[in-house]
Amino acid sequence: MRISFTLNGAPQSLECPAHWTLLRMLRDVAGRTDAKHGCGEGVCGACAVLVDGVAMNSCSVLAPQVEGTGVETVAGLASGGELHPLQAEMVERGGVQCGFCTPGMVLSALEAVRVGAAGSDAEIRHSLAGNLCRCTGYGKIVAAVAAYRDGDPDGAAIASDPPGEHRAKGGEGAAPAPGVGIGP
Amino acid sequence: MTEVGVETGKRVVGSELARHDAIEKVQGRTSYAADHALPRMLHAMLKRSDYAHARLTRVDVAAAEAIEGVVRVFTAADIPQNTVWVDVPGQTLEVGALKARSNVLADEVVRYHGEPIALIAAESEDAALAALDAIVVDYEPLPVVDDPEHALDDDAQQLHESGNLLAHWELEEGDVEASLAGAAAVVEDEYRTQFIDHAYLEPEAGVAWRDTDGVITIRAATQVVEHFRDVARILELPDNKVRLITPYVGGGFGGKEDMTVEPYLGIVVALTGRPVRMIWSRQESLTARQNRHAVRMRYRTGADAEGQLVAMDVDILSDGGAYALLSALVLLYSTTCATGPYRCPNVKIRARTVYTNHTPCSAMRGFGGMQVALGYEGQMDRLARELGIDGLELRRRNFVQRGDTLPIGQPLETSVELPALVDAVGERAGEPPEPSGPRRAVGRGYACNLQPYGRCIWLNDWSSAWIGFELDGTLTIRIAVPDIGGGQASSLIQIASEVLGVAPERISIHIGDSALNPLTGTTTATRQLYMSGNAVLKAARELRESLAGVAAGLLEVDAERVEFGPGGVREQDGEREIPFEELLAAAASVNAPWHVLATHRAPKGVPWQADESWRGRVFPDLTYGCHAVDVEVDLDTGQVRVLRYVAGHDVGQAINPQSVEGQIEGAVAMGLGYALAERVVFEEGQNLTTTFAQYLIPTAVELPAIESIVLESGEGMGPFNARGIGEPPIGPPAPAVAAAIEDACGVALTALPFTPERVAAAVRREEDDDGAG
Repeated sequence: MRISFTLNGAPQSLECPAHWTLLRMLRDVAGRTDAKHGCGEGVCGACAVLVDGVAMNSCSVLAPQVEGTGVETVAGLASGGELHPLQAEMVERGGVQCGFCTPGMVLSALEAVRVGAAGSDAEIRHSLAGNLCRCTGYGKIVAAVAAYRDGDPDGAAIASDPPGEHRAKGGEGAAPAPGVGIGP
Repeated sequence: MTEVGVETGKRVVGSELARHDAIEKVQGRTSYAADHALPRMLHAMLKRSDYAHARLTRVDVAAAEAIEGVVRVFTAADIPQNTVWVDVPGQTLEVGALKARSNVLADEVVRYHGEPIALIAAESEDAALAALDAIVVDYEPLPVVDDPEHALDDDAQQLHESGNLLAHWELEEGDVEASLAGAAAVVEDEYRTQFIDHAYLEPEAGVAWRDTDGVITIRAATQVVEHFRDVARILELPDNKVRLITPYVGGGFGGKEDMTVEPYLGIVVALTGRPVRMIWSRQESLTARQNRHAVRMRYRTGADAEGQLVAMDVDILSDGGAYALLSALVLLYSTTCATGPYRCPNVKIRARTVYTNHTPCSAMRGFGGMQVALGYEGQMDRLARELGIDGLELRRRNFVQRGDTLPIGQPLETSVELPALVDAVGERAGEPPEPSGPRRAVGRGYACNLQPYGRCIWLNDWSSAWIGFELDGTLTIRIAVPDIGGGQASSLIQIASEVLGVAPERISIHIGDSALNPLTGTTTATRQLYMSGNAVLKAARELRESLAGVAAGLLEVDAERVEFGPGGVREQDGEREIPFEELLAAAASVNAPWHVLATHRAPKGVPWQADESWRGRVFPDLTYGCHAVDVEVDLDTGQVRVLRYVAGHDVGQAINPQSVEGQIEGAVAMGLGYALAERVVFEEGQNLTTTFAQYLIPTAVELPAIESIVLESGEGMGPFNARGIGEPPIGPPAPAVAAAIEDACGVALTALPFTPERVAAAVRREEDDDGAG
């Protein structure tokens, strides 16, 4: 069947079997692999996306259910050549290791902050209880979310793309990218 | 802290550099193994055994092959070389004692629940799923061996021709019985640990295709690109006709050390000529991937009145599961680490691992060196109570020191900072908090440990790296390192940047490709920073030396006075800077090398001989740690809540302190899951924990903020004197939690995990005893 929705703001009209999950449609029809298949049973949260602003495990949503909605994935967050501030905090504070849980984690955290469910570290932890991470022990993720919530004044912007200074002449472009600190 | 001599005064090494791979990952851009697709690719799936032990009387694939869209269904007879003789994987020579045999597809007999029987290649996932159901397998059930204690009985069902004893290590130093007889205090206990799953978030996956010149190219999530050789043996192809590429891996922890999808991908490509993708479901991963060994340990330990250890008697029995894989090597780690970081003159160790019809056990973070921590730390705490000495004080009186030798013969050549770690951790932990209510008890536990880093030295380990400048002054590193999330690649960028001055964002690193990048060995055994870091350091220094000579000519100064910085080279304290582009042009004009291939070799040693009197070096070096934990026990429900956790390790030199903390915090989290909740449950060989709803790993709610103390002694065998840190922090959590529970409510638990029902039952027994007394 044909399913129409917006994906990161861009209108989509995809042909997809009605029994497929949203995750499978995103990955195998839309070719968007930034939502991850971790368990296929709605437990790990690696496949979480935002549907009209609400974090959902896309492995547990049928594709036709997003008809007419706005779906956001982690690939749509960066803008203007810079990471989203929450993404920047995740990078800067070491909240990303293997990175497989990261897309779902970031989207769940974004929703939690947006709806006011991240007021304390304990609240952040509760809000992220549906997103498993096996690498970090969660502490650096919680710190990143708290810093984003507080609008960390020290949170520097991080370029979303590799530096374009490759062709710069002379010593130009040798300076570190903003937020990529060198030396203590 | 000791200052380490570095040419450039450490501008980059030691800084919390943002990881280049994190910037990609946080945007969902990283192409993991399952994210790759090829035109006209087939979809491969495995038919797995429903039985833990059975004879296959019939495997009929005709109906499955008749399904539209099913291209082929392979069984054992189709596999060119179905028997895999697995050396310890990687760049090893043959090590007879450690060789292990398994099958690509089950042949006549299945020995564990989930063992692969047939391999399906289909045009679509749906066709492959239909074929799974259409394959007819008739089983004749055989007796299930699921108790390692009975696996060695005379009348036990034998699982392999060689019998059920998979491997053993034994050693005896001094006179244990006489020393125990003369000891002021002797304690004795039995400790049990459970099966654990790695539970990385990324399930096993990969794609493969036939490339130019018939090279079968596999792009898969693995910790070991050297598995290209194992695939070549299975396909009966020359080694140089198989290429393995590993993209950034979504977690490994040892679970992607043995092969997963690699052989099956290779088989489909070799026998159909078509590209193929295979992705395992979470259920497959939890059912059929190897586990951490469940271990039964008996310890007897004696000390004199001052608390000096006089003797330890250790008996270790581990459940190796259905196939050998790396069990012998895992057991060697248990043997090496059995007495912990303590001096003991009289030691007897008997370690055995046996075959059962459980999922094969193999590598997992801590690799046999971590289970024994529950034993040796449990003994230290009991001895302390018997003797009326503070537990940390007792440990201090017995810590090993530089110059000591572990019972197996391992010399300790670098500093042992355990006393400093105990001080630092104790100071940070401060006073334990008050209980949150009545019928709640709070307790503090400490545990110390040691864990080797680097592979067993008999394996002649080496790592190579290539570093070269590009003509625009950017730098390229080529190295076949698999990055499994620990920052393996980004740390190498920091090392190269440190030596060559080039800013990290102007360095590109090409990783994980067995054909195009120099081999650097496995991302296992806490060896990658140590080994590939040393290889990159060596290559960078050689490159610097070459270019410093050219720069000296341009600057008209001595080569020793040339300084490498982000913009280029200059004379120390000088004004004039020559950009890298100009330097490269000059180097090219005089044929001075501007790229370098270098190899770092680990120390060598005499391999173990089949002789109980053999003693010698086994590992390059070790990492030490001390942890403290506060828990609150609910005396009615048995629920244990972790209130506070402090983990200290000497890492020699942190290349990236944030990555070091990440390793410590992640390992502690995994260790707390092991201590309190996780277990793979079998019932007569049937795995009952095959989903994430049944196999419970810690969420953010169960874990406290984990505080790391990163001590830098300036001593270690890695680059800039770093020590490995990937595995070491997994050891202390379980014994520390055990000690904290006992401190809180007086019950000594010796069987993992410390679930609410076990804790509550023990508390009830204790309270009943008190009531009766």
